[in-house]
Amino acid sequence: MSPLAASSGVNGVELGVVIFFFVVVTFGGFVAVRWRRAESMDSLDEWGLGGRGFGTVITWFLLGGDLYTAYTFVAVPAAMFATGAVGGYFAVPYTIVAYPIIFIFLPRLWSVAHRRGYVTPADFVRGRYGSRGLALAVAVTGIVATMPYIALQLVGIQAVLDTMGLGGSGNLFVRDLPLIIAFAVLAAYTYSSGLRAPALIAFVKDTLIYIVIVVAVIYVAVKIGYGDVFDAAKTKLTTVNPATKKPVGAFITGEPTYWAYGTLAFGSALALFMYPHSMTGVLASRTRNTIRRNAAILPTYSLMLALLALLGYAAIAAKTSVFGQDGVANPQLAVPHFFQQVFPSWFAGVAFAAIAIGALVPAAIMSIAAANLFTRNIYREFLKPDATPKQESQVAKIVSLVVKFGALLFVIYLDRQNAINLQLLGGVWILQTILSIVVGLYTRWLHRWALLAGWAVAMVYGTVVAYRQLAPNATTKLVGGKPITTMHGMRHFGSPLADFPFTNTKVYIAASALVLNIVIAVVLTLVLRAVKAPGGTDETEPSDYYSDSASGKVTAAAEHEFSGG
Amino acid sequence: MTSDPTTRPPGPGHGPLPVGTKIVVGVLLLIPMLALALVPVYSRQTPKILGFPFFYWYQLLWVFLASVFTYTAFIVIKRARGEK
Repeated sequence: MSPLAASSGVNGVELGVVIFFFVVVTFGGFVAVRWRRAESMDSLDEWGLGGRGFGTVITWFLLGGDLYTAYTFVAVPAAMFATGAVGGYFAVPYTIVAYPIIFIFLPRLWSVAHRRGYVTPADFVRGRYGSRGLALAVAVTGIVATMPYIALQLVGIQAVLDTMGLGGSGNLFVRDLPLIIAFAVLAAYTYSSGLRAPALIAFVKDTLIYIVIVVAVIYVAVKIGYGDVFDAAKTKLTTVNPATKKPVGAFITGEPTYWAYGTLAFGSALALFMYPHSMTGVLASRTRNTIRRNAAILPTYSLMLALLALLGYAAIAAKTSVFGQDGVANPQLAVPHFFQQVFPSWFAGVAFAAIAIGALVPAAIMSIAAANLFTRNIYREFLKPDATPKQESQVAKIVSLVVKFGALLFVIYLDRQNAINLQLLGGVWILQTILSIVVGLYTRWLHRWALLAGWAVAMVYGTVVAYRQLAPNATTKLVGGKPITTMHGMRHFGSPLADFPFTNTKVYIAASALVLNIVIAVVLTLVLRAVKAPGGTDETEPSDYYSDSASGKVTAAAEHEFSGG
Repeated sequence: MTSDPTTRPPGPGHGPLPVGTKIVVGVLLLIPMLALALVPVYSRQTPKILGFPFFYWYQLLWVFLASVFTYTAFIVIKRARGEK
């Protein structure tokens, strides 16, 4: 492929390899219902949490498949390719510091959830604070933050399909037919097998990803050389853009971006395990120690992510073209096009299969997590309090379908940029639930109404500030073999960074919103405690936070039965 | 609740960790966080290793080191609890 030509025609070998792996995982998805078979799939514990019996290895694959998504594989190198270290490489410290953080609090959440039968983080908030309103806030935040994330998995698949020569022109339906088929099949086996399906498929996905990364890293080291890769990136990123009079990107962080880099890394790390799909992966594990052991071994994926991020620089060095089927430049095509450019078709096919399956695993888990939240914290809480476990699992299955098709329609009918904007907002939103969930694991000092107020203000603040960030809306199109850039004014949601209030220092918007959230929650708690506002009842006990099935502990419900209540 | 109580064997759970253990574990977990929080310390291009500028290899190195510190914290907790 010449550097400056949009690819044309469908690559049969690549497509064949991708279809082969797709058929393999589809088969796996359907037989997963028999894997570690339960007596009945008619409960959320079985359908939505895979029987709460996953050990260290399965949890490692499941969480790896869950957290390191296809969108990550496409978007992180794309950010490196387009803007460099601050926009892209922060993902490395982010996915390192996430694990010491979760090592501290997740075992407590696992214990109390295990003992009280909580399926979602909002279940815990409901039980801990005796507040339906706060639980609803946590549940709704989880659902709306997850939806665009699912849509972005489809964007990841689109990048691969576009590279293989599918899509491009034609009417909307024909263009997106492969995407529709892939998602319909995914929806079908998620419906029947629940969390067991993505857990099983994650093995295939991660094996393929690791193979691709190892080969790509060796290729870059031998054929291009990492020294040349970094030199090429430095040259590109430090070039001054004649239009803005600023450098194109940042090769390493400088003084103005220290806080941006740090808050992006730590803010994202704190938010990561507030996402419902991460919680689902954690609550599905068998013992408390499974989580701690995984906190120590999950960084393997961070290493892979770092090496993948650097492929964005390798694409710069290899002068990879990022013009899609429609002739428009799209940095998200950097890594797929790089694979196509440097590898034989069959191996590029393996890489594309890895990315495509890498989209299906998290999409399945995210839709299950959103379905669990809706079922437990909206359906059972507000619509049908006497729902049986069977009715719960039935509702969750249907909601998982609705969520997936909603995401599909979103991607087909709306601009890709909308999904990206909403996912940026999702990160800002989900971090605001951390006070109710994580602080709640240690103390009930913060008042439930204060938590609700802090959450509400921070949500509005974060949304407004993110909306106000403007970025130039430019598209670069190939016209007669030459790239022509046109400007369409400015667009909103231009950056995850904004000035910290009353300063000129740029920080991650989610972090400043969290500071505001904390201030309001603390001040209002002092006020509410002074006026003796009712604190609600706490159904959990101190010992709940240490229970461990490995050393044995009856659930609270069982004790209740034994004592004849 | 929906979980099946019969699958959970009865018996006592854990209590809080001893204070000394908590401090050791806290320090072990704080080190990698601090190493990456101090952005100005690693925002530099030299020394390079195998073509990687300092900024890049330093953070890559912490993938491994963080894993070692976290696993050590896990072992410390298991020892304190008298598990193998």
